[in-house]
Amino acid sequence: MNFTLKIWRQKNVTAKGEMVSYDVSGISPDSSFFEMLDTLNQKLITTDGDPVAFDHDCREGICGTCSLYINGRPHGPVKGVTTCQLHMRAFKDGDTIFIEPWRAKAFPIVRDLVVDRSALDKIIQAGGYVSVNTGGVPDANTIPVPKEKSDSAFDAATCIGCGACVAACSNAAAMLFIGAKVSHLALLPQGRVEAAKRVQNMVACMDELGFGNCSNTYACESDCPKGISVANIARMNREFLGAKLFSEKEKVIKESL
Amino acid sequence: MTRLNARIPEGPLAEKWTAYKSGSKLVNPNNKRKLDIIVIGTGLAGASAAASLGQLGYNVKVFCYQDTPRRAHSIAAQGGINAAKNYPNDGDSAYRLFYDTIKGGDYRAREANVYRLAQVSNQIIDLCVAQGVPFAREYSGLLTNRSFGGAQVSRTFYARGQTGQQLLLGAYSALSRQIAAGTVKLYNRRDVLDMVLVDGKARGIIARNLVTGEIERHAAHAVVLANGGYGNVFFLSTNAMGSNVTPAWSAFRKGAMFANPSFTQIHPTCIPVHGDAQSKLTLMSESLRNDGRIWVPAKMKDVEKLRNKEIKPSDIAEADRDYYLERRYPAFGNLVPRDVASRAAKERCDAGFGVGSTGVAVFLDFADAIKRKGHDAIDSLYGNLFQMYEQIVAESPYETPMMIYPAVHYTMGGLWVDYELMTTIPGLYAIGECNFSDHGANRLGASALMQGLADGYFVLPYTIGNYLANEIHTPRFDTASSEFNIAAQAVTDRLQQIKNSAGKESVDNFHRRLGKIMWEYCGMARNDAGLTEALYQITELRHEYYRGVKIPGRLDEYNPEVEKACRVADFIELGELMVRDAQQRRESCGGHFREEYQTSEGEALRNDDEFAFVGAWEYRGRDVAAELHREELQFNEIKLSQRSYK
Ligand SMILES: Cc1cc2nc3c(=O)[nH]c(=O)nc-3n(C[C@H](O)[C@H](O)[C@H](O)COP(=O)(O)OP(=O)(O)OC[C@H]3O[C@@H](n4cnc5c(N)ncnc54)[C@H](O)[C@@H]3O)c2cc1C
Ligand code: SF4
Ligand code: FES
Repeated sequence: MNFTLKIWRQKNVTAKGEMVSYDVSGISPDSSFFEMLDTLNQKLITTDGDPVAFDHDCREGICGTCSLYINGRPHGPVKGVTTCQLHMRAFKDGDTIFIEPWRAKAFPIVRDLVVDRSALDKIIQAGGYVSVNTGGVPDANTIPVPKEKSDSAFDAATCIGCGACVAACSNAAAMLFIGAKVSHLALLPQGRVEAAKRVQNMVACMDELGFGNCSNTYACESDCPKGISVANIARMNREFLGAKLFSEKEKVIKESL
Repeated sequence: MTRLNARIPEGPLAEKWTAYKSGSKLVNPNNKRKLDIIVIGTGLAGASAAASLGQLGYNVKVFCYQDTPRRAHSIAAQGGINAAKNYPNDGDSAYRLFYDTIKGGDYRAREANVYRLAQVSNQIIDLCVAQGVPFAREYSGLLTNRSFGGAQVSRTFYARGQTGQQLLLGAYSALSRQIAAGTVKLYNRRDVLDMVLVDGKARGIIARNLVTGEIERHAAHAVVLANGGYGNVFFLSTNAMGSNVTPAWSAFRKGAMFANPSFTQIHPTCIPVHGDAQSKLTLMSESLRNDGRIWVPAKMKDVEKLRNKEIKPSDIAEADRDYYLERRYPAFGNLVPRDVASRAAKERCDAGFGVGSTGVAVFLDFADAIKRKGHDAIDSLYGNLFQMYEQIVAESPYETPMMIYPAVHYTMGGLWVDYELMTTIPGLYAIGECNFSDHGANRLGASALMQGLADGYFVLPYTIGNYLANEIHTPRFDTASSEFNIAAQAVTDRLQQIKNSAGKESVDNFHRRLGKIMWEYCGMARNDAGLTEALYQITELRHEYYRGVKIPGRLDEYNPEVEKACRVADFIELGELMVRDAQQRRESCGGHFREEYQTSEGEALRNDDEFAFVGAWEYRGRDVAAELHREELQFNEIKLSQRSYK
């Protein structure tokens, strides 16, 4: 198969970027999208060109490293897959393919198609954990967890932290990402204890980092490669409101003491 | 003369760890704050260690090459993690887990380490559940187990087909908590390129900032390597694209011994190679062998018809199928250990019975299981794996059997460590897949996750204290010292040397060439003549590399080609050592199969009289052969016998 690629090139965070056109040919439909880009880069290297930088690692849809905005969609045209799981059979011979990085204020560009997503780590550091120490925990079967709850927690926990939801959102909000983590932990008895504090801290951190607000367009859900549901955002909002009420009540009680 | 002392505590096997812990030195909390530890890696081993050490009060610096710790390759582990909980009440115990692991490793692992691993396995499950890891549960709300190869009990805990992901996210959350608390500082997008020794002790590292290209120096009282396995020496493997040996290899060059480098695990169930542009291979979890049956056609005429697409797999009658694992190993059937299953697949394909367009694949068939358990039950067990397969191959395993073939997956070899997980360099530790310790010549499924977390959560935090207790008077190190200057200069020179090569060939191309040599001569079957040939070819490749590689761009910028160039340079040197190791081991054991040493039935033939040792190599210079040291293995608890899964 043959393709024309229009790729965003940008030397570093401060440099000006532009779309540059490349042709690739002789690509097998069974090649992955990255194997197609590998072919382009090999050609660029041996002809004194400048290979295209892109982020990737596991190439099997689980690490969340890959992050290409293809033909106007994060992770490209196929629903429910990451960029690295995209195969060229999803395109037509002769297609022109537009490839850009994630675009969001909170994700500065490192080079070409590579962006800095450390903001997502910061949100987790703000509270995306259960505060247990190594050692001193009860036997794993001490607290039974209803299977349905555990399954829903699992569904939320499959978020790979890729940031496609942020890239898909016209406000660059990180609500789906946070909603997934808040839900995962709030659904389990182990995470329930700190649920109120967690959601408040994570949301406050998100606001600080320059992510936008949610306006309920659900673009995040439809472009999330792991099918994380917007029901998680609703759960987070409930948790957040509940927590706020709770902390206000706490304040009143404290002040009255 | 051998310098290897494993420092195994005295006393009965089951009491060694407790005795060790009671006798080891402690560091008081005030002093911990004054002690710095560098951890390289944020996989299960590195993240769990960094989080636990931070929690204890040490000052920790943790490094990874990815943009965030959560993307370490452990994230890709699918099938599960072993523990001797015996929840199913099927007769499991720490002893049995220990026994299975030693036997599965074909009697080439150290008893004391493996026993300790089995002992702490249960604590891992407890901790992970407390962190919120959503393991699979029964309707009762209690945890459930599945079976894995090489065991007759059901001891594997899992989170659908994404166990590694969920465990790593648990460790990452613990790590994030410590980062927020200020006990751990994260250095992401860093490539660790060298170790710094002061007076013979590990005191720091040299890293390249992957975004700016800057060469950085970091000092500490102890250094922990947790940089994962080196399967990418084969170019094609199930490892992540960035998985590499460089930190461990730089330690080797500085004097840490490298043990059993040739012990590689070739995993039986991976998606076969599709063509020349292939960049990596995808594993289909071993858990699939719980329900999938492996077969090839029994008749050559069916093989031909399949290849010409005249018939579908389901058209072949039951009687005309060769379920070769069930035929050869009735006791374990499809659940024989990985090395056995891989060789059996190769044997059928070499004999011409392979399927698929290339003839280098076998079927993994779920038709029976779907009939027996129903579509939904199979979906809940393997849904994401089936989907992954369909994504790659464009065929649904619900409708037609999967096609699979063995691929490089895991490396049992690695840095030699003693009972305390310390390498032969004082103050330098190795944990997780990058050490050699627990899996002998073959790793059983679901035991790498167990080992990584055991090392990081429950072993290293104790053993490192025993060393650091003597360092409380050692002040923080100055990174402007001559030791750091020399090491940083050496790294800069090496980068410059590679960059200056006036060649035309890309790094990837060299890597592919190396991989071909390794796969052909040092892969699933090895022999003396082939290994000699490989040694010759790799040496040639190494010389060619420094003349012929082409690195575009600059060193002081974000440049993935520079990153790869260092890794491949080290892989070439490692390849050479693997070949030497495979050549010196004139026996077959586990994943190391020497064609000259097999039984009349084609099984691995060990030679315990001469080779019941760990082969640890000492660096002697780039152009000089490394020197072999032997750690004789003592088996006091287990009687050596030929592994039989019949
Ligand atoms: C596809 C797949 C499935 C698997 N499934 C299972 C399973 O079901 N059960 C099981 O028990 N085992 C399984 N394994 C094996 C297991 O996942 C690994 O052995 C284990 O996760 C390794 O963990 P680790 O912490 O040692 O290393 P890794 O997780 O590989 O982490 C390595 C870390 O080191 C860092 N690093 C590496 N090089 C550098 C460098 N130069 N500079 C800085 N940092 C560096 C990386 O950034 C990373 O953080 C599987 C393996 C694969 C490939
Ligand atoms: S919610 Fe979905 S899109 Fe957002 S980070 Fe997680 S996996 Fe990616
Ligand atoms: S590269 Fe890991 S998810 Fe795409």
